[in-house]
Amino acid sequence: MRLYEYQSKMILAKYGIPIPRGRVTSTASEARQIADDLGGKVVVKSQVLTSGRGKVGGILVAKNSHKAQQKVSKLLGMEIKGFPVRRVLVDEAVQIEAAWYVAIRIDNKLRAPVLDASALKNNNGHNNHSGEHLKVVINPLLGIRDYQIRDVAASIGLPKSHWKKFIKFAQGLWQAFLQMDATLIEIKPMVITDDNRLLALDALIFVDDNASFRHPEFSDFWDLGLAPYPEIEARKYGLQYVKLKGNIGCMVNGAGLMMAAMDVIEQFDGKAANFLDVGGGATPEKVTAGFRLLLEDDDVQAIFVIIFGGLTRCTDVADGILAAFQEVPPRVPIVVRMEGTNAGAAIAKLEEAHLLTADTFVGAIQKTVTHSKGGWNGHPG
Amino acid sequence: MGILVDRDSRIVVQGITGFQAGFHTKAMVSAGTQVVAGVTPGKGGEWTMDGKVPVFESVSMAVSATGANVSVIFVPSHFAQDAIFEAIDSGVDLIVCVTEGVPIHDMIQVRHYNLQRNVVLIGPNSPGLMTPGEAYVGVIPPNIAIGGSVGVVSRPGSLMYEVLNVMRNFGIGVSTCVGIGSDPVKCTGYVDILRQFEKDPHTEKVVLLGEIGGLEEEEAAEYIAQMTKPVVGYIAGVTAPAGRRMGHLGAIIEAGVGAADSKIEALHRAGVQMALHPEDVPRILKG
Repeated sequence: MRLYEYQSKMILAKYGIPIPRGRVTSTASEARQIADDLGGKVVVKSQVLTSGRGKVGGILVAKNSHKAQQKVSKLLGMEIKGFPVRRVLVDEAVQIEAAWYVAIRIDNKLRAPVLDASALKNNNGHNNHSGEHLKVVINPLLGIRDYQIRDVAASIGLPKSHWKKFIKFAQGLWQAFLQMDATLIEIKPMVITDDNRLLALDALIFVDDNASFRHPEFSDFWDLGLAPYPEIEARKYGLQYVKLKGNIGCMVNGAGLMMAAMDVIEQFDGKAANFLDVGGGATPEKVTAGFRLLLEDDDVQAIFVIIFGGLTRCTDVADGILAAFQEVPPRVPIVVRMEGTNAGAAIAKLEEAHLLTADTFVGAIQKTVTHSKGGWNGHPG
Repeated sequence: MGILVDRDSRIVVQGITGFQAGFHTKAMVSAGTQVVAGVTPGKGGEWTMDGKVPVFESVSMAVSATGANVSVIFVPSHFAQDAIFEAIDSGVDLIVCVTEGVPIHDMIQVRHYNLQRNVVLIGPNSPGLMTPGEAYVGVIPPNIAIGGSVGVVSRPGSLMYEVLNVMRNFGIGVSTCVGIGSDPVKCTGYVDILRQFEKDPHTEKVVLLGEIGGLEEEEAAEYIAQMTKPVVGYIAGVTAPAGRRMGHLGAIIEAGVGAADSKIEALHRAGVQMALHPEDVPRILKG
């Protein structure tokens, strides 16, 4: 799960990493108050879960609190790459002397945490370091060692007068990474200011959803106001759902098979309306919740269900589908293909309810795409 | 025949008294696999599977009492790390972790610890593995494959079932099929399994199934370029949008890394015959 900048910075502050003075707000009038508190000149930063907001006018400098109010009011009406701006971080404006990229990530090839840093060019041109990335591998059982941090400091051209602060900074990053079950902490940039502070000017943290069981605070990070209704509903039932742009509704057990199904849809010139994995051992209730999402989706012109029963009993899936019909009557053709535990009995039930069936994976998808393009006589069977 | 498990494999099931573990253990036993012990802390001394399988307090106790050499882990995700450490320290040769949703940090520590121990650990989030007619460990539907000479290795689970199913319908048999799981941090990757298939005298061809996310298929391609046995491949997620996690923890195209096209290209360049969809795999195998 990706966190907002303001959430990421709150975490950093908790681990002793210096951040600019500032506060988040959702109103322009409060932004003015915050700017006044910070001494007038501020940077106002739209809070969106996407990168590159600066290039599209999502980060603005305001000379005084009056301007801050105006600019925040403008930002709050904006949409950045599909994300409406609902909160703005008002930070003190700092004078940057030099800037670096610093991150702790899980290296794709080493499958181990690394501290990754490099010098960034800044507008003053003070920092003419080569900009090469230096990566040091962190032993997960020992943590990052101070000598490793000094190696990094030396290679990225950090002035020696800041090394002590940087050791504390990097150790704080590691503690935050470990204790928050983060998969990425990216500081872009870390800066030295004209008043000689070492600051995390911007921050991006991803945390591991799998670790939610030991982080009750993760549920506060999840932005319910942002997620579309079906995704909130799916999350409630432990379903994996992603809304897509096409008109073929689909429900599959297994993420890999679901993706393969999306690909096959396009091979028949259709497009999936969603990704929906009901997972292993799905109960009728879970299936009903998932299937309701497909029936309620106005984009959907035809639906297929592909189930490979193992722990999942196909009869449970059939019961779940039929229960969903009680809540939302079907208005599009539905094709079902089932294999494995109780498949025969499940198919019989669904045929009785006039659903279409298919014997193979590709066959089911082809039949669905064909029906989505018309020719379905309106009868469920 | 096959790799990793055979008729001499003696299985201990960690978390055997759980609902899912019970369901799948029954299937393993019916398929003729030697399930010799179960472990559930607090239930040592009980018997399960209609009184045929003893339950122990710990994996080491199970190993010393029954000679178990393969552990399969079904415990919930918040106990999984401890269960894996316990299995590593118990002296078994092979661990299969079926548990889904294990935190990445837990696996980073496990991986690091196991670098010194070198126990073969498959998973987490693995559907298991099967040498048809000999041993079946995990949650793969047991009747889905017949014995033969094609080795199958897959990151996604359900996709592997579908491919095994169509292979069986085409009369194509399997030496061993292994689901390595799609989590990004694990101990056994494609290359470890491909190496074993390359050496295994009973495996003549190999099927590699993959999906979006990470660089594992690209790493596999580097090894396949040096293999003597022919490989057929299929990658799911060509149409998956970037930046969205498609169900699995590792199934995400991030910062330009993990796209299906890159994997297909790398495998193709390594000489892998790529299938267009799951049902295309047996057609290519038949040649």
